[in-house]
Amino acid sequence: MIITVGMGSCGIAAGAQKTFDAITTLIEKENLDVTLKPVGCIGECFNEPVVEVIDDENNKHYLYAKIDGEKAEKLLKSHLHQGVPLEEYLVPQEDRAFLAKQTRIALTDCGVINPEDIAEYIEHDGFQALKHCLFDLTPEEVIEEIKISGLRGRGGAGFPTWFKWNAARQSQGDIKYMICNADEGDPGAFMDRSLLESNPHSVLEGMMIGAYAIGAAEGKIYVRAEYPLAIKRLKKAIQEEAENGYLGQHILGTDFSFRLEIKAGAGAFVCGEETALIASLEGERGMPRLKPPFPAERGYHQKPSNINNVETYANVPWILRHGGNAFAAMGTEKSKGTKVFALAGKVKKGGLVEVPMGMTIKEIIFGIGGGIKDDKEIKGVQMGGPSGGCIPKSLLNTAVDYESITKVGAIMGSGGMIVMDETTCMVDMARFFLQFTKDESCGKCVHCRIGTKRMLEILERIVNGEGKDGDIETLKSLGENIIAGSLCGLGQSAPNPVLSTIRHFEEEYRAHIEDHKCPAKKCKPLLTFSIDPEKCTACMACKKKCPVDAISGEKKKPQEIDANICIRCGNCEAVCKFGAVIVE
Amino acid sequence: MTKCSCGSKTEKPKTDLTKLDSLLAEYKCLPGSLITVLQKTQDIYGYLPKDSIYAISDALTVKVAKIMGVVTFYAQFRLHPVGKHLIMLCQGTACHVNGSENVAAALEDELKIKDGETTADNLFTMENVACLGCCSMAPVMMIRTGKSSEVFGPLTPKSARQIIKNIYKAEGGVQS
Ligand SMILES: Cc1cc2nc3c(=O)[nH]c(=O)nc-3n(C[C@H](O)[C@H](O)[C@H](O)COP(=O)(O)O)c2cc1C
Ligand code: FES
Repeated sequence: MIITVGMGSCGIAAGAQKTFDAITTLIEKENLDVTLKPVGCIGECFNEPVVEVIDDENNKHYLYAKIDGEKAEKLLKSHLHQGVPLEEYLVPQEDRAFLAKQTRIALTDCGVINPEDIAEYIEHDGFQALKHCLFDLTPEEVIEEIKISGLRGRGGAGFPTWFKWNAARQSQGDIKYMICNADEGDPGAFMDRSLLESNPHSVLEGMMIGAYAIGAAEGKIYVRAEYPLAIKRLKKAIQEEAENGYLGQHILGTDFSFRLEIKAGAGAFVCGEETALIASLEGERGMPRLKPPFPAERGYHQKPSNINNVETYANVPWILRHGGNAFAAMGTEKSKGTKVFALAGKVKKGGLVEVPMGMTIKEIIFGIGGGIKDDKEIKGVQMGGPSGGCIPKSLLNTAVDYESITKVGAIMGSGGMIVMDETTCMVDMARFFLQFTKDESCGKCVHCRIGTKRMLEILERIVNGEGKDGDIETLKSLGENIIAGSLCGLGQSAPNPVLSTIRHFEEEYRAHIEDHKCPAKKCKPLLTFSIDPEKCTACMACKKKCPVDAISGEKKKPQEIDANICIRCGNCEAVCKFGAVIVE
Repeated sequence: MTKCSCGSKTEKPKTDLTKLDSLLAEYKCLPGSLITVLQKTQDIYGYLPKDSIYAISDALTVKVAKIMGVVTFYAQFRLHPVGKHLIMLCQGTACHVNGSENVAAALEDELKIKDGETTADNLFTMENVACLGCCSMAPVMMIRTGKSSEVFGPLTPKSARQIIKNIYKAEGGVQS
């Protein structure tokens, strides 16, 4: 018997360490013949902590959901002592579509293998692809295979990977660098973190193959500082690879040598942009610079460098093991293979999902994610984070591929997918993202630095009920100017969340500006609170909770709220058991 | 706390710079490692004391102005010490959609501090962060005490207040 516990950051946050410790104690106490191992995240964040019991003799897998220390004890008693799987704790039938409907390439072994044990990675075909490249293929042939696969960058822009590799290969230089972008700045995306925590070797193997292809002997991994567990597991992986001859001089007895170094970021969104990332690697302020020259010509320390995203690299070993054609067989005409999405927000089953390109957004949210929390109405979905946009309900049949998503005003981005329901205010969403980009603008370009601030000020006025005629037009023209006047992708995409919400939800902006109403009832200054005399039982609960004494009335009679005093804190609504407080 | 009063000689507690010796010796000859050095310095002191910045400037022969440029560019670096418990409240997209602003308001009210501030008793510092990577438990916060940290979620304004109250109780302190 093998028992695995999902120990990604999300699992640990949900209490997986306690579960793991409880199982360890039980195994020791009762001297059970069980192998217990920590694994990464299988992506079912909504069911964490996840425990799997594997009956390796009969090759049967039992996945258990939400197992805390106490449940672990019961589970072991039933499943191990009596040999009966504990039905009530198993992942419920309706949740099984979550995994069944996915196609896992980058995530194949996530949640299956122990990320801190290289032997398990090797057992799961690890380093086969590297061996194939080193012994059977020339660097040009490797690049050709990637070209056949149609792999495009998973970090946002979707640039063909083979093209970048080829440019770096052609570039002249005594030293070349292979860089991994693990800065994952989109607040609401966690694919890269999970990959690094769950299967770091696959990313590193992808980097080595790329390094062989472009002729680099040094690699850098730029990881977000907020990801301590990912950094820890990467360090361990690098150490194990060095000990086993997969890193260092003359790898596997060949002429190929490769060294890897981890650099922790220091908290700046713009450092995800490749030229800013290079500046930051060099110990400078992370300010982007003009391209060309592209990093392939002059990158880190002015040497030819290639930068790819974590997920891009994670696909590479699979492609070389199965052939470029197998990868190209999945997806759409221009977007090949699969994409990992971080599904979150108002969705029932949030987590990591990997699907073939071309699946509809609707299928991902409803087929895999199980629909909307509390069975509310879906309003839209935000894709691409601060550089992306909101896609309304009416366009949920859009397929996920680079071109289709761009056409509806969002971007594929790194794969954040935030689901929004009727209680989400689109103007507030736009304000939220603008606040983020305004804070994160590096300040180099005037349009980006000041333009985002002005846009934010207008949006703040609107959500505060002080919107004016012409605001929408000003936002649009400011947005267009910022896009035209910014040097890097941050400024060029910063207005997207605003422009896309104006495009699809203009009436919501108008409701704020013209009618002083927030249809989603989110923007407090636009709400009015009153009490329905029919429903009020004069229990006085709201009166006690009102911090400003805005509620008054005779004893045993329906109460009233004085709108002039009310600060719209919402306490009365929260405390009323009879639903008598009306919010408009 | 000593107040800054320019010109007058206030007694400042001196930073123990010997703790930096081995670090500076290691990175002295490695150009481009300023960020790493600053990160490690912050690991040692919990923040970047002014003296340490001068020491780094001398050792790496980088101008203080340049160091300050880097320090103020990145969100991670702090020029002031933090309280015993560092509350990192997520303001990422998933948490925002799930009501993190209400949690923030509750915490601000409970602790009487705002984002980036520390309570007078030096027990708590509040810091807004973007995405802790536990979006499916949104809204979440991470509380770091010394080297250990714990994630809490999904939060409500009420549960967030309770968590603070519990810590106060465990500290044996009285809440102001
Ligand atoms: C403001 C900004 C932030 C970015 N953040 C990231 C990021 O967090 N992770 C990432 O992989 N790429 C990010 N990118 C894209 C990178 O510049 C670059 O295109 C990517 O790392 C290339 O790798 P790929 O071809 O494998 O996608 C960002 C770009 C911009 C303009
Ligand atoms: S948005 Fe809060 S944890 Fe991701």
